Amino acid sequence: MQVYNTGLTTPSVDAGPLYSLRLYVAGQTPKSVLAFANLKQICEAHLQGRYAIEVIDLVETPQLARGDQIFAVPTLVRRLPEPIKKIIGDLSNTDRVLVGLDLRVHQ
Amino acid sequence: MSLSLDEVNRLDPSTHEAALLKIAQGTELPKALTGIQGLDEITRGGLPKGRPTLVCGGPGSGKTLLALTFLVNGALHFDEPGVLMTFEENEEEIIGDVASLGFALPQLIEARKLAVDYVRIERSEIEETGEYDLEGLFVRLDHAIRTVGARRVVLDTIESLFAGLKNDTILRSELRRLFRWLKDQRVTTVITGERGDGALTRQGLEEYVSDAVILLDHRVHDQVSTRRLRVVKYRGSHHGTNEYPFLIDTNGISVLPVSSLALQHAAPLDRVSSGVPRLDEMLSGLGYYRGSTILVSGTAGTGKTSLAAHFLDAACRRGERCLCFLFEESPQQLLRNMRSIGIDLEPWVAAGLLQFHADRPSRYGLETHLVTMHQVVADFRPTVTVIDPVTNLMTVGTFTDVQAMLTRMIDHLKTANITAMLTSLMPGQTEVERTETTISSLMDTWIVLANDQIGERHRRGLYVLKSRGMAHSNELCEFVMTNRGFDLHDGAAAPQAANATDGSSQKGNQHAGL
Repeated sequence: MQVYNTGLTTPSVDAGPLYSLRLYVAGQTPKSVLAFANLKQICEAHLQGRYAIEVIDLVETPQLARGDQIFAVPTLVRRLPEPIKKIIGDLSNTDRVLVGLDLRVHQ
Repeated sequence: MSLSLDEVNRLDPSTHEAALLKIAQGTELPKALTGIQGLDEITRGGLPKGRPTLVCGGPGSGKTLLALTFLVNGALHFDEPGVLMTFEENEEEIIGDVASLGFALPQLIEARKLAVDYVRIERSEIEETGEYDLEGLFVRLDHAIRTVGARRVVLDTIESLFAGLKNDTILRSELRRLFRWLKDQRVTTVITGERGDGALTRQGLEEYVSDAVILLDHRVHDQVSTRRLRVVKYRGSHHGTNEYPFLIDTNGISVLPVSSLALQHAAPLDRVSSGVPRLDEMLSGLGYYRGSTILVSGTAGTGKTSLAAHFLDAACRRGERCLCFLFEESPQQLLRNMRSIGIDLEPWVAAGLLQFHADRPSRYGLETHLVTMHQVVADFRPTVTVIDPVTNLMTVGTFTDVQAMLTRMIDHLKTANITAMLTSLMPGQTEVERTETTISSLMDTWIVLANDQIGERHRRGLYVLKSRGMAHSNELCEFVMTNRGFDLHDGAAAPQAANATDGSSQKGNQHAGL
């Protein structure tokens, strides 16, 4: 498990809620590498300073799949802010990820 | 070469499973025993080993139970741990559901013989943003399989995925991959599916599972509910194609291979005493054949049950286990009545050699009677079985149904080499053979008891109407019921048997003593 802490200690005042994200992948597949890169990019662009990404590789820790009820990969779980949301897919469609994270109203 | 099924059935029951395993490993595909009584016979050794089997049926048809029984039996009896992946009920609900059947899932989980994983799919929580696969499911399954070293897997009901995910194309290709992956893991898998309109399953799972398909059905006819099972498909294997009734009760599922009537019973040569020395003499001096079926018919009060009691007593004296189905009297009544003619069966009951099973015929439908009787026979493993009187069952169903049921029952007993005696109550003096033609052809030995009156005297008579494979006596023997039971005399002064006067000339010749 890797945790990417991105300076949660110094959130800006009007930045909005903190985002606690988990990305479930299964092995270092091109799809999972792509999903992480996409997520990092989206977060840096839209959530700078107020997000944390935890990458969980189910090949290493398969027992963690049950807790968040993961059956598809990659799955991005937005643990905070509530409610919990799950976004299934390789996150290459930035617009849809933003909609899924409630960062942009669907056009 | 492998054994035929009938050969297997004739073997000592304790080696039954071993023998079925031989079949499974013989000329046919390798198979995994379900441990479900009857299903292993129909499928000639169980489900295709290392391959997926689809079990489909409507709500409440017993799919989940069948699948779970397969898993639990695997873990308990065949050293094959299992994984249950459930999509509909959580672990607690599943455990509660099967606890009443005596399946202690928590212990199996504790002992690492079973792993349960509940996959909850909540569509409202899920956003789909492009390409994905179901590797998460694979990882969970793989983890569970490794945890317990599983050889068996149940997916119940994987169609729930279709309700939770939008992308049918990905789902279908992933299901295809999943079933292939399961094959590669060499785990024997049962996939349950909800019956669809005009198709076996709602999502057409039968397209993906091509090895074996079992269909379950639940009908109510004449207020009697019957569950039926049919093997729709079993690639590369012989299997029974009929619909087989099955029962779900406190012992779980049992299926009746009702018409596996191949007429390949063994024909043992050893003989068993009737318990009446003079009658043994009439049966070429040695009594009945072991494993044969004996019909004892007569009008009311002719001594049918008493003759059966003699037979039971003799068998118990030889140390054989006897099972007696009563459809008229209670065991207490029978014991008391038989004591009055000097046959004390009580000690045999106390010694565990003799067991009674009394039931009102009207209590269930025929199929249920049949399944129950099968089950009792399987549990007690008798070598002698008495059904008294078999004619009472005729009140429960149509003639054809009763005949079919008796055929199956007798077939089962013969296959297991159980000597069976059926008593038959004839309604009147003139109906001797008509009422029994339906079942008489199934009988090896047919003994007729008759009463008549000459002047003040009431006489009892007995004759052997037929007895296959032996030179039996044709005489009509008069007997008296003493405090030591039947006392047979020679045939000189015997009474007129019920059919003696209106019988054919052939019969006249046979029973020259009349």
